Amino acid sequence: MASFRLPPVLRPMAGGARTVEASGESLRAALDDLTGQHPALRTRLLDDDGELNAFVNVYVEGDDVRVRGGLDTPLAADASVIVLPAMAGGSGA
Amino acid sequence: MASYQDLLAEVKSQISEVSAVDAAARLSSDEPPVLIDVREPDEFDQGAIDGSVHIPRGFLESRIGAVAPDLSTPIIISCQSGARSAFAVRSLEELGYEDVSSLATGFGGWKTAGLPWSTPKVLDAAQRARYSRHTLIPEVGEAGQLKLLGSTVLLVGAGGLGSPAGLYLAAAGVGTIAIVDADTVDESNLQRQVLHSMASIGLPKVDSAKQRIEELNPDVKVITYRERLTSENIDRMLEGVDVIVDGTDNFPTRYLLNDSSLRHRIPVVHASIFRFEGQLTVFKPYEGPCYRCLFPQPPPPELAPSCAEGGVLGVLPGIMGSLQASEALKLLLEIGEPPVGRLILFDALDTSFHEVRLRRDPECPVCGEDAGPIEYIDYEEFCLPPARAAT
Repeated sequence: MASFRLPPVLRPMAGGARTVEASGESLRAALDDLTGQHPALRTRLLDDDGELNAFVNVYVEGDDVRVRGGLDTPLAADASVIVLPAMAGGSGA
Repeated sequence: MASYQDLLAEVKSQISEVSAVDAAARLSSDEPPVLIDVREPDEFDQGAIDGSVHIPRGFLESRIGAVAPDLSTPIIISCQSGARSAFAVRSLEELGYEDVSSLATGFGGWKTAGLPWSTPKVLDAAQRARYSRHTLIPEVGEAGQLKLLGSTVLLVGAGGLGSPAGLYLAAAGVGTIAIVDADTVDESNLQRQVLHSMASIGLPKVDSAKQRIEELNPDVKVITYRERLTSENIDRMLEGVDVIVDGTDNFPTRYLLNDSSLRHRIPVVHASIFRFEGQLTVFKPYEGPCYRCLFPQPPPPELAPSCAEGGVLGVLPGIMGSLQASEALKLLLEIGEPPVGRLILFDALDTSFHEVRLRRDPECPVCGEDAGPIEYIDYEEFCLPPARAAT
């Protein structure tokens, strides 16, 4: 099972978990599994065409999947995946 | 028992010496040796050979490794008359250095020969005391401290990140700190914005910050801009700036800052925070990715709540802002490896650091292969959610 580390803003859509597990031989398959378990994540991660939203970055073993094959990036059984949207805060206000 | 003169004569007979004229020729060659001046600070301050590295004799053995890590580095050592440098040559040879010579007639002979020298810029006595823990570090030294004192950092935001960054940069002796922030201090700021205090509630943040920094270090000149960063004022604020520290709290400013930093080729030390987590990287124009390469589009508001909306652990900006100060100092000193092309993720809850690799986007609209001259856009419009932007 691949391990997905979620940012704080997405955790409420996964029952509050910081890390969730999903299976699949590619990122696409694992995201299918993940969003099957937690449907509210789907529109946050994927657009209407099923592609990754431009404002969300996904890293497999520390590499941006956009340079590794996008959703077709293969996942090892114990892959470490980090989901990362931009954060606003500089804590000025 | 041998006298000092006997010992000096013996040492001089065993080492290599070089005349002032020959040393000058070698120093102006394509592969000049490292010139180390081992006199005391008060002697060095009154005049030295241009380009010489000052290491007082008593510190030579402990500090030479930082100046010449390779034992085959050609080295010339100078003192005032050629005596201390002769002993210093022998010490370096004992440490394994293979090509060390003594300037036979010292700095005195150099001046007599009419060769060029100057009075180096030096720290005054109070600065030597204040920055002694810096100057002891070989990678900083007095030259590095002088470089910091001659540097300018623009601090964008005097809030959670800007507070620790500003305080540490000021304490470190960054000579000019420009601060831009339009806000005033309120009570809810004090949980984390350590530049400010109860007494500054209601004051403009830039004024509160200036007062605190000037109390901390009178060497620092503070320039204040009590205004929002805009396409109209940013070019003026970036004149003469060496490093930008990004402590903004909103996306329009962040994209504007990115584009203007590319236009002016000034590195940005970026951090952002939320609840228990922070991100840090350095955007170095055209050497690594820019903010748009990382995030081509801002997220919808519900995916990027501000700290005012979602909260932040008070100490988190302390950690991330301190890291920003560290990276800014490294950039100014040109030492170490700033996280260019690396995004550092800190999680205070499990006390972990993760790192992901960032890459320049060849299709980036501002720094990509086909990007034209940088033109500022309407950043508020750019950051509106698509549905609202269309209306």
